[in-house]
Amino acid sequence: MVNHNGPLLDIDDLTVGYRQGERRLEAVRHVSLRIWPGQSVGIVGESGSGKTTLAMAVMRYLPPEGQILSGTIRFGDREVQDLSDRDMRDLWGGQIALVPQGARSALNPSMRLGDQAAEILRYHRGLSRKAAHEQARASFERVQLGDPERIARAYPHQLSGGMLQRVLIAMALSTEPALLVLDEPTSSLDVTTQAEILKLVRDLIRGEQHTAVLYITHNLSVVAQLCDRVAVMYAGDLVEDAGTRPLYRQPLHPYTRGLLDCVPVLGTTKHEVDLRPIDGQIPGPESRPQGCVFRPRCPLAIDVCETYPPLYDAGEERRSRCHRWEGIRAGELDPAQPVPARERTPPGERAGTALDVKDISVHFFERASLPQRLRGERGTVVRAVDGVSLTLGKGRTLGLVGESGSGKTTLARAIIGLVARTSGTIEFLDMAVPPKLAGRSRDIYSALQVVFQDPTDALNPFIGVGEALRRPVQRLRTEKVDDADQVVAALLESVDLSPSYALRLPDELSGGEKQRVAVARAFAPNPAVLLADEPVSSLDVSVQASLLNLLDQLQTEHGTAILFISHDVAVVGYLADDIAVIYLGELMEVSPASALFDPPYHPYTEALLASVPLLDPDAEQREVQLKGDIPSPSAKPSGCPFHTRCPRFLGDICVEQRPPWREREGGGKRYFCHIAWDDLVRQQERIFRFSETGKEV
Amino acid sequence: MWRYFLRRLGFLLLTLVVTSIIIFLVTRWLPGDVARVILGREAGEAAVAQVREELGLDDPLPVQYVDWVRGFVVGEWGLSYSTRTEILPLVTQRLRNSLMLAVVTLVLAVPLAVGLGVLAGLNEDRWVDSLISVASLSVVGLPEFVTGLILIQVFAFGFGLFPATSLISPDAGFFEALPSLILPAVTAMLVLLAYIARLVRSGVIEELKQPYVRTAALKGLPYRTVVVRHVLRNALLPAVTVLAISIGWLVSGLIVVENVFNYPGMGRLFIFAVDRRDLPLIQALTMVTVLIFAFANLLADMAYALLNPQIRLGE
Ligand code: SF4
Ligand code: SF4
Repeated sequence: MVNHNGPLLDIDDLTVGYRQGERRLEAVRHVSLRIWPGQSVGIVGESGSGKTTLAMAVMRYLPPEGQILSGTIRFGDREVQDLSDRDMRDLWGGQIALVPQGARSALNPSMRLGDQAAEILRYHRGLSRKAAHEQARASFERVQLGDPERIARAYPHQLSGGMLQRVLIAMALSTEPALLVLDEPTSSLDVTTQAEILKLVRDLIRGEQHTAVLYITHNLSVVAQLCDRVAVMYAGDLVEDAGTRPLYRQPLHPYTRGLLDCVPVLGTTKHEVDLRPIDGQIPGPESRPQGCVFRPRCPLAIDVCETYPPLYDAGEERRSRCHRWEGIRAGELDPAQPVPARERTPPGERAGTALDVKDISVHFFERASLPQRLRGERGTVVRAVDGVSLTLGKGRTLGLVGESGSGKTTLARAIIGLVARTSGTIEFLDMAVPPKLAGRSRDIYSALQVVFQDPTDALNPFIGVGEALRRPVQRLRTEKVDDADQVVAALLESVDLSPSYALRLPDELSGGEKQRVAVARAFAPNPAVLLADEPVSSLDVSVQASLLNLLDQLQTEHGTAILFISHDVAVVGYLADDIAVIYLGELMEVSPASALFDPPYHPYTEALLASVPLLDPDAEQREVQLKGDIPSPSAKPSGCPFHTRCPRFLGDICVEQRPPWREREGGGKRYFCHIAWDDLVRQQERIFRFSETGKEV
Repeated sequence: MWRYFLRRLGFLLLTLVVTSIIIFLVTRWLPGDVARVILGREAGEAAVAQVREELGLDDPLPVQYVDWVRGFVVGEWGLSYSTRTEILPLVTQRLRNSLMLAVVTLVLAVPLAVGLGVLAGLNEDRWVDSLISVASLSVVGLPEFVTGLILIQVFAFGFGLFPATSLISPDAGFFEALPSLILPAVTAMLVLLAYIARLVRSGVIEELKQPYVRTAALKGLPYRTVVVRHVLRNALLPAVTVLAISIGWLVSGLIVVENVFNYPGMGRLFIFAVDRRDLPLIQALTMVTVLIFAFANLLADMAYALLNPQIRLGE
């Protein structure tokens, strides 16, 4: 046990490097950080910030090529580097426990969960097989896993991702460790599942007075809601470290300010607030600038910044690695990134329809396996998309929000023609659109373009950027192009890339740059409609912000209508003019963006909005608890598809009868539910209130 | 699990039916009149006709096929053309010998291959790994008759530990026969060894990279526990399948090894039968071989399923 009056974890001037051939690249540099017993500390950073390396160094679990180059890590009164392997194993699992990300791959696929949870108790507590299993089941109960018997007997593939994440948390907590390290534990989960896990972690943090928590994430909102203190990392440096409230109120480092300004805040739209992307990219360990690592991107950089800043003690238990922190705190210097030059589009008037999707269904027939057929079963019909109608106005943005399994991607693929629709019609600029891509005319093909989530898949690695852009320019533009190279250069410039990028191959680009090229290619034939399927989900938040701005800017210039598909309500709410919420292949609600955040909400929208972590640590957010997991689209519930999980479930009527669409005269919001408009308004309070600004959403 | 087993069994039966038809047809269409082969070139037309009649060679093909299958199932395998003796005891005798050899080979090969593979995998790219790779690759490069002859030179003639040829009397028990089994088994094992060891090695390396290994290690479990309880089970999966399938080859494919040691196994009987154009014997041997391969495959599937809960639980 850790019997000691000082900090539980004391990292002092730690530098961690990786050998790469002859070179030694520093992934974490001069980091100092303390965690006291019972404290919860978040480490936030984008990819390449070194946050994961830091966590693994704390656990002394670096890959063979990784090495602590200087500095110390003390755990209690012992130095972690000096411990024998045996002592280290006593710490692991006993004193320091890890909750890893990606629960499915973090558990042994061929071992029962009960056995996996029991072995840690048998080893650290010396329990008998039976006693260990009993305790393991008790630990499952503690993380609110229903039916612990069944969970203990199950193998990982039999449970959902959210349940597996709970099992990992239960395992980590079962030995009552002094320090719990959580490494992006919700990164692969849906937002409603994420909310449940976060609530669980929050309750556990509050309930355990002695367990300290180190929470590693890229998500600023999650730590705002969870942690006492937050440390921000950038390119291997710890740039700022403060109590959560002060940090979010007034960051004392320009990078923290920049990061906060990149996050679309739930309930704000592009018409009111600008996202301010951070210019440039995080430097890799081989190309860090001299002096302050943030210098090339910093709006406050001056000559003195060419010397490496120390972690200044800014008082009030705050530290900042910026030479100019005093000026920032005094309000004399503005650390924010410049407002991007863009015309703010007025919330466009409706000027006719670009894309009209009517009553589209996509059903797949899943053939029964041989034994199923022997038992007389036929195949099942998977209703991936079931009777969806959408209207996208010319020059407007329609956001489609849904979780995984909601059918949003299938719907997108049906519109593009990558899967054939089962029924329904699509009208595009008053042309009827055939189901299959192969049957579509060049006019339709060139005027309906698409950007996917993963730009790496979308670009042929052997074709240079210039050629990739020239092809659609020459083949798909309606007017004749005299100088294709010039058009390509202009396209690259329109996505803020220099024309020299035409000579590069996709492999030579960063993720954000690839996505810009994909956007440029989509805009090459001057499309009337752009379909964007999770275009920013794989990008870091600062890159995401610049891409969202880019889409908005291109829309203003070209008058392109955008169908923007995402799982992220905040992003969709920020960018879209209208929002459609999809669940199990059916629309639940369609609303103007401005009205989405006011009651009445469809009960599913309500749960979705209640699940989004808010950036403001003082914001009040109502809790909405959903039952169970999302059902499979092959076993769709009768009546209202949401009835198995609905917190406002009315009883038989929801099971037996399809709900009506409800709306008010004069357009605006409509939703699909048995509860009448006025009743719903009466029952529902607003979901969140922000503190500081007094802004109520 | 049961459903999976029944499904595999069904597939197996189907394969057997199809292959038996193929075997039947191929032997019927082989050039040369069977009756002539039996009676010799000088036999008169009448005698040939009579033999054809006796063998039912003039019946319609489906009738002949059903007859033949029925005979095979109830153990009426007929007479060998060349030895003029019952085929059944001839084949079972050889089958017994081959099975004994296969068992001894596996008993030698499995622990050694798994042990070497795991050792190499856990020490990826260190000297142990290189040593094992080099050694096993150089052995696998030698053909069986070379390794066999070397073994005979060293252990039979040099040290006189084991007999150089394997003359096993038909009624010798397993332990009586054991000394004659060792050298051929070692020769066959050397063929399998490198292959299986490499499979195990790459399985271990692959699994060690999986995130669940880190989870297990960071529970504080001793390294040995992490390897034995977590890594091996998943890492051995591909090797188990290959081992099970190799039973078929061990039983009826050891033609070179059997020849080197004069071992009275299935392989040599096969050569003999083909040499003499002994059609009933060829048919019987082929059917037995197919059966063994089918059984080995079933075994492989079942072993895979047992180790892999996703299949065992039938999802
Ligand atoms: S030290 Fe200079 S460059 Fe670095 S963050 Fe501060 S002001 Fe910017
Ligand atoms: S119809 Fe019933 S189950 Fe469906 S959302 Fe409304 S209240 Fe919930």
